[in-house]
Amino acid sequence: MSDTMTEERAAAEAAEAHRAAGWKQVSLQGWGRSSAAPCLAARPERMRELMAALDVPEGRTLLPYGGGRAYGDQALNTGGAAVLTGRLDRILAFDPASGLVVTEPGVTFADLLRVFLPRGWLAPTSPGTAFVTMGGAVANDVHGKNHHRAGSFGDHVLWLDLLLPDGRQIRISDEEEPALFRATIGGMGLTGIITAVCFRMQPVPSNALTVQSRRIRNLDDFLAGFAAAADATWSVGWIDALAGGASLGRGILETAEPSETGVALPAGKTKAFPLEAPSWALNRMSVKAFNALYWRRVPEAGRQQLQHYGKFLYPLDAVLHWNRMYGRRGFHQFQCVLPFGPGEMALRRLLETISAAGDASFLAVLKVMGRPGRGLLSFALPGYSLALDIPARPGLRGLFASLERITREAGGRIYLAKDSLLSAEGFWEMYPEAQRFQEIRHSVDPEGRFSSDMAKRLGLAA
Amino acid sequence: MSATMQPTWLMLGASSAVARAFAQEAAAHGAGILLAGRDMEDLERQAADLSIRHDVPAAPVPFDARDTASHAAFVEDCAARAGGPLNVFLAFGVMPDQAEADRDPAIAAGMVEANFTGATTVLAALAPVLEAQKQGVVVALGSVAGDRGRPRNYLYGATKAALLTYLQGYAARLSRSGVRVLCLKAGPVDTAMTWPLPKLPFMTTPRGFAAGAWKLAQKGGGGAYLPRIWWPVMTIIRSLPTRIFNKLDI
Repeated sequence: MSDTMTEERAAAEAAEAHRAAGWKQVSLQGWGRSSAAPCLAARPERMRELMAALDVPEGRTLLPYGGGRAYGDQALNTGGAAVLTGRLDRILAFDPASGLVVTEPGVTFADLLRVFLPRGWLAPTSPGTAFVTMGGAVANDVHGKNHHRAGSFGDHVLWLDLLLPDGRQIRISDEEEPALFRATIGGMGLTGIITAVCFRMQPVPSNALTVQSRRIRNLDDFLAGFAAAADATWSVGWIDALAGGASLGRGILETAEPSETGVALPAGKTKAFPLEAPSWALNRMSVKAFNALYWRRVPEAGRQQLQHYGKFLYPLDAVLHWNRMYGRRGFHQFQCVLPFGPGEMALRRLLETISAAGDASFLAVLKVMGRPGRGLLSFALPGYSLALDIPARPGLRGLFASLERITREAGGRIYLAKDSLLSAEGFWEMYPEAQRFQEIRHSVDPEGRFSSDMAKRLGLAA
Repeated sequence: MSATMQPTWLMLGASSAVARAFAQEAAAHGAGILLAGRDMEDLERQAADLSIRHDVPAAPVPFDARDTASHAAFVEDCAARAGGPLNVFLAFGVMPDQAEADRDPAIAAGMVEANFTGATTVLAALAPVLEAQKQGVVVALGSVAGDRGRPRNYLYGATKAALLTYLQGYAARLSRSGVRVLCLKAGPVDTAMTWPLPKLPFMTTPRGFAAGAWKLAQKGGGGAYLPRIWWPVMTIIRSLPTRIFNKLDI
């Protein structure tokens, strides 16, 4: 009994000490909500407070956490500490002649759209949600619907300011500390905390693009459609992942070009998904019906629309907390890229496997990717990228293992920003520069002060 | 100096999350911003952000609430920089742990100095400037903690209650020159100050708070609870008999 009392008092004293130093016990989740990570968290509002947060209590490991849009365990650090960078959200410099911009790590794509689109500038590339931060964009070397033309986010970064685990702050680029620069782009926050990002925006003639949508009957039709759309500035395919047989790979292909004429600002307020959906709401029948409706939404003859960049780039952001749709257990996302050639057969096998498993998966996204990323752990490869959500359920690991195997056999790789289930063995095979990444990481963090749940799972941290 | 000229908001304690959000609000409405505080490196960043986002003049000015002797020169400097009518947002204040302040008189005295003494001296220096311009508004951050002293933070609450009393007279004086004074009794806002604390009731975001404060600053003066839910809550808490209040763990 007295032992419990001593323990309780010790716990209370520890909590008090954490509080005094600006730490708070929280539970963080990935966007997929399939797991929760208890940890201490600091939320600095300025650089001075960020520096103080490097002093982590009790020798815990540390990890930066941005917009919380990584799906799995990448930004989680169970039992360790997290630095929430969302309040470091200042735009530090902008040159309207060159489009160069410098931001703090917590600035989001939504901020960029709001501030710069009215002046004719757009982010060089953008993921499918505007809530991603610039720190996260670099740490995942994110890509978007213009990857085949524009490459990944890291391709547009000129330099980064990095706060190293030992408290030094340095500027890294292709000229200064190029190895650390390449490790930090796509480095999942494991090399330190990015404190400033300098990148180049792209000029656009208006706030809108001309979007062409057309129905695609099957996978062959899709691949031919993408080949024909190689010159399109933006292109993306939505696949009904439940369609099988002769309709395997049916969907909608969207291509888009910057428009000279703009549109009035979308008046639409965002809606929020109000509650967790009950677990029975998503089933094969309801999702099948939704996917079929989505397909028929585009008329047989195709259609052309003028769309605001925000609507085209971030279709799901109109519904806040859409991840609650998958209910309490959450969901996993699978995204892989498969090199051209062997990738075509593998793509078919992936779709067959998913369709046969019959999981209630909403639309899958198919995309052609161009050049490889600059980071040592960058995801991009020239080839086809396929992404889809699958609700968490018992037995899901078996399905993911099959998807991983098909991806590996085709020489493809799984996207770490989305992942929660990749095996360590699969990771080291898919990311051949991981060893080099580890060497560089070790040189700036010999004591392993930065870590994450994903790093542990993939064998990057003890 | 014409009446339609854009005012300049002088943000006292500009690094605080609430001041930051209010500066965004003011700049979005076209006002110039002077950022007064101690962390100049941080204020430089904030000034850059405001001028890029909103295309308004924004500049940092060094200011230390505890260095009361410097306040007259500071105000002179600000008035010269503004080059037009000045509005004031007073947001500085510290909230060390009550127990710590009880143990260490330096911490207790420091809190009184920053939250109350420093506020009065800078406001006193500002008064003639505001009176001379015959327009403008002063927004000052009080706290619901000043409505009734609670064991958890009665020294902090006392500094805010004292500030409020000061502001009542200050407002009456300035009203004769057409300057409005608005004292906000703030409920907890989700900032660095409250981050490590256990979950607080009716917490609002800096952005939500700033939007409410901006609206209130457009008309009238006097006092207001923000968010408004604190008016009924504090009315009840203030009217509790001492016997009952003393037993409550709030």
